[in-house]
Amino acid sequence: MKVKYQTFALLALAIVCSSTFASCVSVKPYQKNRLNDSEMELRARTAQKFEQSFQLYREGASGANGGKSGGGCGCN
Amino acid sequence: MRKLYLHVAFFYLGILASHAQVTPAVPAKADSTGYHAQKLTIDEVNFVSAYYHQDGNHSAVTGGIGTERLTDFANTFDIQLSNYNKRGRKNTFLFELGIDHYSSASSDKIDPFSVSSASKSDNRIYPSLNWTRSNETTGNAYGFTASYSHEYDYQSVGGAFNLTLLSKNKNTQFDMRLQAFLDTWKVILPVELRPGYTPGQSYDRDHSADGSAPRNSFSAAFSVSQVINPRLQALFTVEPAYQHGLLSTRYQRDYFTDGSLRAENLPGNRYKLPISARLNYFLDDRFIIRTYYRYYMDNWGIRAHTAELEVPVKLTPFVSVSPYYRYNTQQGTRYFAPYGQHDPGAAYYTSDYDLADLHSSFFGAGFRISPPKGVFGWQRLKMLELRYGHYVRSTNLTSNIVTLNMKFK
Repeated sequence: MKVKYQTFALLALAIVCSSTFASCVSVKPYQKNRLNDSEMELRARTAQKFEQSFQLYREGASGANGGKSGGGCGCN
Repeated sequence: MRKLYLHVAFFYLGILASHAQVTPAVPAKADSTGYHAQKLTIDEVNFVSAYYHQDGNHSAVTGGIGTERLTDFANTFDIQLSNYNKRGRKNTFLFELGIDHYSSASSDKIDPFSVSSASKSDNRIYPSLNWTRSNETTGNAYGFTASYSHEYDYQSVGGAFNLTLLSKNKNTQFDMRLQAFLDTWKVILPVELRPGYTPGQSYDRDHSADGSAPRNSFSAAFSVSQVINPRLQALFTVEPAYQHGLLSTRYQRDYFTDGSLRAENLPGNRYKLPISARLNYFLDDRFIIRTYYRYYMDNWGIRAHTAELEVPVKLTPFVSVSPYYRYNTQQGTRYFAPYGQHDPGAAYYTSDYDLADLHSSFFGAGFRISPPKGVFGWQRLKMLELRYGHYVRSTNLTSNIVTLNMKFK
């Protein structure tokens, strides 16, 4: 049942992504004033780096969203 | 009469012309020669500081029971410099230095008979340097990163390669990052499992006798970002990773159903596959919606879903408040069992609740100010952001974090 749920979740993600990308329109540079707003950046905020770091350590499912640079066992 | 009109007209035009000499009606044209300074200039400086505190009662050091109290005061400073080479390509250098000071109550239980073990409180220092060369016309770029991390029982040396490719209309971007960390850590066993230990006595001998062990991590990140319309953009990322070496924490205890005690033991290989997506929408001039979703799986049996929603509210064009909520649910590793419930015949075992079945909520808000004349009128301080977050985990662990980010230009 869990495998079916995960397959469904991945399939849903793939459908959302493909339909989103398929609905793209060509946006000219002069139309990007909103997209260039600092709040619209497609990455975690700089101020989130330590939040992500402790989440990586406190949740075994680490990876995919950055965190501290370098190693560090964070095993305490 | 006609001459008089002509004289008046010329006189008027003369006045306009003389004014035009004093204050140009048209702004100066951009330099079209393509010349760029070759001298290094400072683009920006960031300072990030955070205070983190957690408490719980499932410490892995004491076999899944006992205090998880921990504090961490973390700071990073980064400086970005750039120049242009003779062919007009931009070189960007990013140097970052991080220093953490943490104290952990559970670390003191590695040897509970000593007054204070060496890792009860420790410092971690981690410098890194990135060089990126970019073509500002096409937006394409590539670069390399070198990093180092040092703490009492753990050293890490890292290297990375990054590549960015943009489409002609700059609405689609492909990013790739290949990364390797070659780590070494001292093997420290719980005091009662050290050879030559006498019960009831401290035994803080030289840990170098136990040797050290490698832990190597290799990962790749492939991401595609796409502008969908003038208000919406998305990012899709796949980050396969492989770890090899000592992946268990040897000073964490495990208690078995027959009453025996052993040091944690986990497989020497781990494959991870996280897949994530971001979708940001500029709702109107006041509200922005930032969303994030991630699915994670690995060969230890961990599966996780993470969803995050943040809604920055622009109080003015330069001041915003951003409440956020993050939910995570995790199916734990097959090697996990609570205190005293491990099967004596098991090859791998852990009582680390970070690897157990859990769900968590993390919520808080950020306050950001970036006035054009500088924060508090200080021209150099371009942005100040303060964030607070509260974390609650289903295993009775709670934590709080406060972060301050200052950007100088």
